[in-house]
Amino acid sequence: MACPDVEPQAQSLDPVFAAAAAPSPVSPGPASPDGPPPDPSPPDARVVLTDADIARALRRIAHEVLERTKSLDTVVVLGIPTRGSSLARRLVAVIEEVEGVSVPVGVLDVTMYRDDLRHQPTRHVEPSQIPATGVEDKTVILVDDVLYSGRTVRAALDALADYGRPRAVQLAVLVDRGHRQLPIRADYVGKNLPTSTAEKVQVRLTEHDGLDVVRITGGLPR
Amino acid sequence: MTRRHLLSAADLTRADAEEILTTAASMHDIQHREVKKLPTLRGRTVINLFFEDSTRTRTSFELAGKWMSADTINISAKGSSASKGESLRDTVLTVDAMSVDAFIIRHSASGACHQVAGWVDASVINAGDGTHEHPTQALLDAYTMQQRIGSLEGRHIAIVGDLTHSRVFRSNLILLRTLGARLTVVAPPTLLPSGIGAWSARDGFTVSSDLDAVLSGDDVPDAVMMLRVQKERMSGGYFPTAREYAVGYGMTAARYRALSAANPDVAILHPGPMNRGLEISPEAADSPHSVILDQVSAGVAVRMAVLYHLLAADTTEVAV
Repeated sequence: MACPDVEPQAQSLDPVFAAAAAPSPVSPGPASPDGPPPDPSPPDARVVLTDADIARALRRIAHEVLERTKSLDTVVVLGIPTRGSSLARRLVAVIEEVEGVSVPVGVLDVTMYRDDLRHQPTRHVEPSQIPATGVEDKTVILVDDVLYSGRTVRAALDALADYGRPRAVQLAVLVDRGHRQLPIRADYVGKNLPTSTAEKVQVRLTEHDGLDVVRITGGLPR
Repeated sequence: MTRRHLLSAADLTRADAEEILTTAASMHDIQHREVKKLPTLRGRTVINLFFEDSTRTRTSFELAGKWMSADTINISAKGSSASKGESLRDTVLTVDAMSVDAFIIRHSASGACHQVAGWVDASVINAGDGTHEHPTQALLDAYTMQQRIGSLEGRHIAIVGDLTHSRVFRSNLILLRTLGARLTVVAPPTLLPSGIGAWSARDGFTVSSDLDAVLSGDDVPDAVMMLRVQKERMSGGYFPTAREYAVGYGMTAARYRALSAANPDVAILHPGPMNRGLEISPEAADSPHSVILDQVSAGVAVRMAVLYHLLAADTTEVAV
């Protein structure tokens, strides 16, 4: 989602402001070496995944998907906005590179299905893009950046049900930071990251932020 | 967007309006799904309070609420206590006392929705008040035009017809200017609102009483909105005969052919219900340039987006 690092506290920016302030997705390239960094790191941030780590994690997840899935014909990969959509496209690109098979990829917006809408400023809604193959009788792999309370995934399962009945639903996340509030687990995890609830996990991706990095901020000094 | 009511198109900043239009695009996809239901407003109660006749606005608000799982109830003046002489204030306070979340109000008196917003705890959405405003119509018109001709920034849009009595005109004028469009408004001199000279000078739009001149020349409009001749609001002689109005200010077949030749991409809008043969000819209304049915189709999606932005976040208990 737009602000997975603060979920589920009500701390996200006003969505209108956030949408206006978000960097243009058209030219996400990194700033020039002389220029200021595109996303200044907070002073207390600790890097837990570098760009190479993220690429390696996605590659490993792609191989795990290939191992677990007997036939890619029935697989549909759906990313949960905002950064899950980019991760989904990257994951599919790796699978296609390894297997030479094209896999349908799409976007599943879950905003309208969230159970915490009342307690937050109005969230920005992105259009869902379900591949033409649909989800009926498919193996759907949901992709998100951070797995935390599990509420986003619950909303995604509800959203998915309105598009059809998949044969199976699996979950791939870049970071699992624990603190689940619902009986939900990931099938593919880039990195298990034990955190305290006072900490925030920041996932930054080139498509949105100009660089690839996962950081932890806040919490007690270690 | 943090406001509770939508009373005027002027309530919306450009960011607000664009956010609603973006959300509407997502909601539009729902209409093509097998399951047209979102759980977003489950447990919310939305009252359609219509003191004037309406088909498309009331139906689309009702569908918008139902597709988002709100409980929607229709109250029309006929068959309610209003016909027994109850005042507007007593009617809305009675319903408000039942703990509803939103009123969608259409009333023949300009300013009725502003009054109600001061009386009730619920959100109030203006679904047309007299000759004043109809903001959700303007939003769906803007949405429809964006879908057909792209961004409205710098685009030339003409609004033609009974400007004096048109709430659709007033809301569109405000919203389309907010979205960066250039506007020309056209009406017979008798149907121009009084004081429009100072108004157009202040807000920067063009006023004309020569439709053919506006539709030709170097600056042919990208979209033309034909307004309905509102017979129910016309007490006096604003024009001699219907025939004369049609010839001077209607989108006649000949005028449509000239316009579509001058701008093959032009979009023709009408808020409905149409008086065919008066302000718009069947040739124009049923042409490929007509987006009139697209406007109806957009109505539900845009109203879902408005309900989402006003009701989904509970602004009274944000501090959780």
